[in-house]
Amino acid sequence: MEIFGIPLQAFLGQLLLGLVNGAFYALLSLGLAVIFGLLGIVNFAHGALYMLGAFAAWIMLDQFGINYWFALVLAPLTVGLLGVVIERLFLKRLYKLDPLYGLLLTFGLALIAEGIFRELYGVSGQSYNVPELLSGATNLGFMVLPNYRAWVVAVSLAVCLGTWYLIERTRLGAYLRAGTENAALVQAFGINVPLMVTLTYGAGAALAGLAGVLAAPIIQVNPLMGSNLIIVVFAVVVIGGMGSIMGSILTGLGLGIIEGLTRVFYPEASSIVVFVIMVIVLMIRPAGLFGKEA
Amino acid sequence: MKPANKLIAATYLVLLVLAVLAPALGLYPVFVMKLLCFAIFASAFNLLLGFTGLLSFGHAAFFGSAAYFTGYAIKSLHVTPELGLLAGAFGAGLIGLVVGLVAIRRQGIYFAMITLAIAQMVFFVCLQAPFTGGEDGLQGVPRGALFGLLSLESDTTLYYLVLVIFVACFMFISRIVHSPFGQVLKMIRENEPRAISLGYQVDRYKLLAFVLSAALAGLAGSLKTLIMGFATLSDVHWSMSGEVILMSLLGGVGTFFGPVLGSGIVIALQDMLADKVGSWVTVIIGVIFVICVMAFRKGVVGELQAYLERRRQAVLK
Repeated sequence: MEIFGIPLQAFLGQLLLGLVNGAFYALLSLGLAVIFGLLGIVNFAHGALYMLGAFAAWIMLDQFGINYWFALVLAPLTVGLLGVVIERLFLKRLYKLDPLYGLLLTFGLALIAEGIFRELYGVSGQSYNVPELLSGATNLGFMVLPNYRAWVVAVSLAVCLGTWYLIERTRLGAYLRAGTENAALVQAFGINVPLMVTLTYGAGAALAGLAGVLAAPIIQVNPLMGSNLIIVVFAVVVIGGMGSIMGSILTGLGLGIIEGLTRVFYPEASSIVVFVIMVIVLMIRPAGLFGKEA
Repeated sequence: MKPANKLIAATYLVLLVLAVLAPALGLYPVFVMKLLCFAIFASAFNLLLGFTGLLSFGHAAFFGSAAYFTGYAIKSLHVTPELGLLAGAFGAGLIGLVVGLVAIRRQGIYFAMITLAIAQMVFFVCLQAPFTGGEDGLQGVPRGALFGLLSLESDTTLYYLVLVIFVACFMFISRIVHSPFGQVLKMIRENEPRAISLGYQVDRYKLLAFVLSAALAGLAGSLKTLIMGFATLSDVHWSMSGEVILMSLLGGVGTFFGPVLGSGIVIALQDMLADKVGSWVTVIIGVIFVICVMAFRKGVVGELQAYLERRRQAVLK
């Protein structure tokens, strides 16, 4: 069976790959949006935190024999803790300044992380085996579905929707949103805003770390994996607009799929299609698809 | 002339004399040329960040694409070097016009992200386009002869050409900033809504500043190709955009001499460390970034100016 002259199996395979990438875009842009909302900082280190999550999982398995399932919890926790330290040590002192300084600081942190891991492990990737339970593939009749990829999409979607629920539908989320609107007022109502800010950055970092662990068995774990991804995620964020949580999720998934389809029909353009869409969106709707006019 | 201005004029004069004498003093000309070339790049970037308040995270796109334009023009079209340089600067200016038209639709942090994303697109185009040599880049670009007459094969001859271009660029940027146009740019930096309410078409000013900055950054990239004889992907890579930000930040954003000093420090540092510490260079650059943002936001020249100003105030009291 063929679609537009492309074998169906190849078509669906690329579509699934696009969906997997889209899930990573969604997880990362979601974290960026949450951090930006409360801290007013564009976290350039997000890609590095994603890389650290993947390396944490790989080191846990390689050095300590901690398997994937424990790493799935422990690695994001580690990265989240690192995020808390970064917020306390550095970001805390920058809130009163131009947001550009936050971008430059986190850029510096990303360079440090990337440089250290490049020195320790080189640029060639470390491979991480798919956990046994999820190895193999399921034949759905019209396509063969690799189990691990299905798992990645499912977990990412669950985490994204969970985060959306937490922020939009719970009391804690209401505090967060109120803090985004007017931190001083929320503080006056007796809520510990600095603690909330620290934990928010930690949670955003943990989300990036989780994306890293999920990615480890799919791509080679290497020090440059974060910086290549973060620039695309920035474009995703510009397209979606950072105002809306659901907007980040939908934009991330949608762009992943569009990228996958481009890889089928016009492979040469697949690495730039997201940027081209960004330019078009900026021409038509400068605030982004889900953004509010500033 | 105020005493402070006299001091500045004297400093520039001494530096110029030193620069003219540099080859005779035994400084390695290729190193000084590279330094001057990045000084132009950082000054062009600073025109945008320091004097207009726009942080572009994509200046490598202009630097690098101009490097390729010049390399291609000289190597494949066999034009003379001055035409090659012009082609690079003009091409980068054109790309700057297109990028600027898109990027100035958003402000602040979004502007930075958009320029970064578009620069990454330029990177991928350079990786895949048929005339850029892919992963290898353009190697072995000949220096040729200026106007077809003066051979630039000698490092010393090329050095003086680069020095003349550097001084011209420096004076040009200074002229822009001190012109009425430059005053409007500063007003946009300080208070954009006010500039709009006074009836200035802010977007046009920003766009022109962006194009000028892109063209000058391109000229720097073109010179780099001429000096080193190659144009590679690292010229258009995002880390190059990061480096030029660091140079400006370290030397002093919004000062004239800051970016020149900053590029001097960064280039010298890279030159000294490159063969000794490998990947730690990235770490060191990252650490300098963190220190600059946390404790040293005015940069070397900015802090010096602030110190002199404090002393003057103390004397007046």
